[in-house]
Amino acid sequence: MSTETKPTETKVSETTIKPASRGGSWRERLQQLMALAGLVLIFAVFSVASPLIFPSYSNVTTILFSTTVVGLLALAETLIIITSGIDLSVGTVMTLAAVMSATFIVNWHIPVWLGILMTILFGGLIGLINGFNVAILRLPPFIATLAMMLVAQGLALVISNARPIYFDAKEHARYIWLSTGSIIPGTRFPNAVIVLALAAVVAFILLNKTLLGRYDISIGSNEEATALSGINTKKWLIIIYAVAGLFVGLAAIMISARLGSAQPATGLGYELQAIAAVVIGGTSLSGGKGTIVGTIIGALIISVINNGLQIMSVRQEWQNVILGLVILVVVFIDQLRARRAATT
Amino acid sequence: MTVLETSPAGVHDPTLLLQVEGVDKSFPGVKALEGMRFDLRKGEVLGLVGENGAGKSTLMKLLTGIYTRETGEFWLDGSPLTATTPKEAQEAGLSIIHQELNLVPHLSVAENIWLGREPLSGGFFTRPGEQLRRTRELLERLELNLDPKAAVSTLTVAKQQMVEIAKALSFETTKVLIMDEPTAALNDAEVDQLHTLIRKFITPDTGVVYISHRMAELKRIADRITVIRDGHYIDTMPMAETSLDQVISKMVGRAINTSARPENVQDDRPIVLSVSGLSTKALLKDVSFDLHRGEVLGFAGLMGAGRTEVARALVGADPITSGDVVLNGNPVTIHSPAKAAEVGIGYLSEDRKHYGLMLPQSVSHNIAISSLGEKFSTAGFVKDKAMREAAEASRKLLSIKTPSVNQLVKYLSGGNQQKAIVARWLVKDCDILIFDEPTRGIDVGAKEEIYQLLNKLAEQGKSIIMISSELPEVLRMSHRVVVMADGRVTGVLSADEANQESIMRLATHRDDAITHVAEKAEN
Repeated sequence: MSTETKPTETKVSETTIKPASRGGSWRERLQQLMALAGLVLIFAVFSVASPLIFPSYSNVTTILFSTTVVGLLALAETLIIITSGIDLSVGTVMTLAAVMSATFIVNWHIPVWLGILMTILFGGLIGLINGFNVAILRLPPFIATLAMMLVAQGLALVISNARPIYFDAKEHARYIWLSTGSIIPGTRFPNAVIVLALAAVVAFILLNKTLLGRYDISIGSNEEATALSGINTKKWLIIIYAVAGLFVGLAAIMISARLGSAQPATGLGYELQAIAAVVIGGTSLSGGKGTIVGTIIGALIISVINNGLQIMSVRQEWQNVILGLVILVVVFIDQLRARRAATT
Repeated sequence: MTVLETSPAGVHDPTLLLQVEGVDKSFPGVKALEGMRFDLRKGEVLGLVGENGAGKSTLMKLLTGIYTRETGEFWLDGSPLTATTPKEAQEAGLSIIHQELNLVPHLSVAENIWLGREPLSGGFFTRPGEQLRRTRELLERLELNLDPKAAVSTLTVAKQQMVEIAKALSFETTKVLIMDEPTAALNDAEVDQLHTLIRKFITPDTGVVYISHRMAELKRIADRITVIRDGHYIDTMPMAETSLDQVISKMVGRAINTSARPENVQDDRPIVLSVSGLSTKALLKDVSFDLHRGEVLGFAGLMGAGRTEVARALVGADPITSGDVVLNGNPVTIHSPAKAAEVGIGYLSEDRKHYGLMLPQSVSHNIAISSLGEKFSTAGFVKDKAMREAAEASRKLLSIKTPSVNQLVKYLSGGNQQKAIVARWLVKDCDILIFDEPTRGIDVGAKEEIYQLLNKLAEQGKSIIMISSELPEVLRMSHRVVVMADGRVTGVLSADEANQESIMRLATHRDDAITHVAEKAEN
């Protein structure tokens, strides 16, 4: 047995850095590309299945129109999920805010523009309370917003006496116009879609160009480290939840304008659709990563599936089954790719 | 058995306990191992050393079948080892204790040890009594003072380590025990206990591979030492005849000065920070000290002495019950890290992953984060270009090795991650920097670079508090040393007064600890 082991003389590189590619942006872009490809694929399948109705201008407009509410809620949800939180209250808070809007405008005769402003701010106020509960009281976001979901659901019924409040088609025409009217003359392109597009642009700027976005991502990546870096993470968490609440307030306007009324018994289930849109769009539930473009694509995928299945006369009940399966497949593929990236 | 198809370097020797020959492994874009080999004799402890990224972890993962090797042979006690899962490796007689512990926090010690092998009746119902009896037997045999019923989450890291070891040794078949940085979180007394345990495990038929950065420990426990570097085998030497400088120079491929002393020690500098009567509910009692401009103030003490707690209390990360802080002559109240950053105190945690870095974000994000509000934004809009330029300037100034500041910080080595956090506080213009274990998890070559960086910062007038558990590091760097024990300051030593013995005398109240340290001091 020899103990002599002669050293292997080999050329040794100078740096010890692993030559990993800059993972961030191209992988995110690939993710969006995948989501977009999925959207195109699903669209193509329905177009083949129903070539006359599905891809028509009016149906595509319908799809976009029906994306508005879930899309706005999903924007709010994206900002919160990036902090590694979750908001289960967006659906019923939207309903409560819609009831408030109708109360302001129909019952209290407040001018429409002011009513709209107050409703959006009301959404922000609820978000602020959620943020306080999460950041200051240190309640887990799931619990804090679950409680808010129930509170808002109950309050909507209490305030409205459990009855729908109707807007007046003449007196509040401008309110309804916001959703179903068209600012582009000669088309019937609904304003709601334009509102969603503008809101998405605002959310995009917030997330990518402002301190709010940077701190949002930083908190989601590592809240403790962000706090130790000298960032007032509590303050910023509250701001993020409050800003998300503004989007929920806007969603409340769009849904009540579309229906011409505030329907206090609805709202539950929207939060899950919004979360689904965010997840399909590639935002990580563990925080620190997410995009607005992805979320909008996710919301569109949900609308396209719902619309396509309706046109093909698939029973309503099946639509959720299929949506559920889509979420499983999409998230599984995402996990698979993440795992593969992690082992290299 | 076909021998030596791919291993030109050695011949299969059936008397060896574990033999690794000619192992290659690549990942996309990087060759992790090339012609790797080492051998473990029966009845010995083999030290395995190499810088971070040298390929130690990859080697361990190949042995246990987590990765598949491209070429090469493994023999365990004369037979080829072909495990494809850790469980198979375990059954073949090879147990590995990883650096990151693999225990279920909410289960008890006994439940963790027998996880997946619970004594059952009728193949379904657990027998907690039998399990407890076996655990007691095992712990008694190993002379481990652990409560079998205690939940693992309630134990200290050291005790958890003991549970891992007990678990590995509970397999009757274990012949080879591989330990990856087993003492990273242990204090000296606990290290001794671990070494006793290892010696007890060693019989003429067993062996231990001991992977560690801590040279002093290897000197005490290892019979031979194998050095690897950048995925290549370098050399194996008998420990008794090898000096630490020799080992270190083989690890880094160049000589390193291990007897350097603090630079620029002066005692007439102005006081920038004065802390008096700092106490917390949990641990700290009446902690007082002064920090001078341009000084490196070392904080020494055993695990749990309260050094990190001082830092956290000082920057407002943890609440205090009393205490006054005077900064440049003005009393200040620091109730949050945000306030600490505002007044120019930056804290660099010992646990970079949890308390320092936003791992999934870019280097430039990690550098700029503290200064985003005041330096890199107008009216709430982030000025990306200015932010990247500042990060780029820091990259050059501190020679942070990264292809670009857009690189995600998780891809940087430990030393470069540490530099990125230093850059964060420099960009923020902090004058007081608190380094908690500045070189933990950083390889030997990069350590020296961090030391030079600290000296340079002090020279430029920054005041530095350096908390360290490594005495050589404290002695190497500190202009003065504050020693703590049990949440109190037990003494302040000047650079001249400080040595291993004087520090340990203050850090413990036991005389035996001093002799024990004297033993180590020869290194």
